[in-house]
Amino acid sequence: MSASNTLSIAPSLADVGGPAQPLITARDLTCHFPVRSGTFAPKKVVRAVDGIDFTIRKGETLGVVGESGCGKSTTARLLIGLVPVTGGKIIYDGQELGADLSLRNLRRGVQMVFQDSFASLNPRLTIEETIAFGPKVNGVPQAEALAIARDLLDRIGLDPARFAGRYPHELSGGQRQRVNIGRALAMRPRLLILDEAVSALDKSVEAQVLNLLDDLRRDFDLTYMFISHDLNVVRFISDRLMVMYLGEIVEVGPAEALYHKQAHPYTAALFAAMPSMDPDARTQVPPLAGDPPNPIDPPSGCRFHTRCPQASAVCGMTRPKVTTLGPGHQVACHLHDPNSGHPEATT
Amino acid sequence: MTALVEIEDLTVRFSGERTVHAINGVSLSVAKGEVLALLGESGSGKSVTLKSIMQLLPGRRTQIGGRIRFDGRDVLALKGRALADFRGRDVAMIFQDPSLALDPVYSIGTQIAETVIRHEGVSRVAARSRALDMLKRVRIPSAERRLDNYPHEMSGGMRQRAMIALALACGPRLLLADEPTTALDATVQMQVLLLLRELQQEMDMSVIFVTHDIGVAVEIADRVAVMYAGTIVETGTISQIIKDPRHPYTKGLLAANLHGAVKGSRLDAIPGAPPTLEEPPTSCPFAPRCPSALPVCREARPPLVNRGPGRAVACVLEQEPAI
Repeated sequence: MSASNTLSIAPSLADVGGPAQPLITARDLTCHFPVRSGTFAPKKVVRAVDGIDFTIRKGETLGVVGESGCGKSTTARLLIGLVPVTGGKIIYDGQELGADLSLRNLRRGVQMVFQDSFASLNPRLTIEETIAFGPKVNGVPQAEALAIARDLLDRIGLDPARFAGRYPHELSGGQRQRVNIGRALAMRPRLLILDEAVSALDKSVEAQVLNLLDDLRRDFDLTYMFISHDLNVVRFISDRLMVMYLGEIVEVGPAEALYHKQAHPYTAALFAAMPSMDPDARTQVPPLAGDPPNPIDPPSGCRFHTRCPQASAVCGMTRPKVTTLGPGHQVACHLHDPNSGHPEATT
Repeated sequence: MTALVEIEDLTVRFSGERTVHAINGVSLSVAKGEVLALLGESGSGKSVTLKSIMQLLPGRRTQIGGRIRFDGRDVLALKGRALADFRGRDVAMIFQDPSLALDPVYSIGTQIAETVIRHEGVSRVAARSRALDMLKRVRIPSAERRLDNYPHEMSGGMRQRAMIALALACGPRLLLADEPTTALDATVQMQVLLLLRELQQEMDMSVIFVTHDIGVAVEIADRVAVMYAGTIVETGTISQIIKDPRHPYTKGLLAANLHGAVKGSRLDAIPGAPPTLEEPPTSCPFAPRCPSALPVCREARPPLVNRGPGRAVACVLEQEPAI
């Protein structure tokens, strides 16, 4: 715990398993949404998240990237119980959600910040009341909750004397997003999920908020799950990177290593789609053709095979196995599985 | 090179519950076949500049000053039929959100054909074959079938291509692009940027491309004008802006872009937020956030000083002769 911490409440949920036990373990996590296009049309299923396994270690920042519809936001919403789990398990610090841990208690340990800073604040509460709301509902006396709120306002860079009584519409986008971060921290969570939390901000304000997140992580011993489509931002903040495509994880690995060398062709394409920042070396060939396919009826075998420049016959038929390439680096691609039958597979 | 568009001392003020001085003296010129990027944050006036050229701003609440010339003609004086002729034939515009810009109750083919018939007076059949041709040029797969699709039946990237096809159907000499790739996924964004670049060269069009993303500007622009608080603070070629930014705001934007920022390092964030523009700026609008502000910055607005052909900076630090 940091010395500068003056808050009167301790982390909502104390550490159970020690530093080696992951804070979050997801096993075969699945989320399907039923859809029906017309009254008599057959029932279909959107496979938003389709059986994924991952862990978030204590104190790390896990970056999650992928195109829209890949399931990154649904994964985040599953972790905090905003959408019902279709199958699989969520284990928080050794305790299984639903069996050992109630949703109410989980939400004291896991909080979330959303992209739209305005829609996620109650317009009829002052920002001080907004931040104090969570602690109050969880039994902290009114005066103490307001003291927590004022202390947090100070921490997030909004002077309580000037800002405490303001309403969301009186703040700028960057200030509102600071309030959302403050409100999430009022519950003293251990995991903060940031779902495109800086994407709607202007670049100069985005840098301020990223610096703030870096400070808060240290001061509050936080673990972050950071979802973003901006690979520069993800590289700056993440320890590990998780790449998703159509509801599946295609690659997980150390952020810096992945930035330099990507194993999965999809990860490589994502990095290749970053603007070059050099007017003399502009991108000449688009990294991928077409849009991501519909998750209602995902392609067979490897879901990426319809857009993959290195696809072979086996990719359309068999789901690729997860291969470990190095410490903490896993990839689900036939190219890296010597027994897959892909003609270009590494041996 | 001759200028196709010349904007001189443009000012735009919105009145209503609150007065906003959105544009405060912008002068720009775009040469034939040139791609100019307007780079800036939200509220810097980049979209308002584009909409003034098209006269898309609400008439009763907007006071426009200054001059806009397109190929020698005074754009702001166009009215009625002349304005309708101008829009779509000489100048076309594409927007950030194609699902809002396209009409949901007409098929893509019908919408493109309608534009062609209005401006060129050709037959329905000829217009439809032009529509098909345009869909092929923007590389929409199985274009014949897509002609009869409605906007909601297409994916985001495809809709954006369809909107580009619609805008370019009458071969405009100037394309106004208002953040057309911002809402797209990174992989699709790059496809659309490459397509725009190719079509621009093929048709020898001028383009004004509004973006907040300096990386996108690098991919598409010949020249960049950096906007802040309704003014232009710096112009130059894309290489000059990237490699030798002169204005402190441009420098700050480049640092905040995070390109190559390594974990654990501290970002050089620009402190504070842009001004609200209820009053027109009388001093340097960036001075309150500027790390190298001098007392003189708060006294008068620094003029845009030429620093070579096509290069200009509005900063007192640049007014002394370079050593």
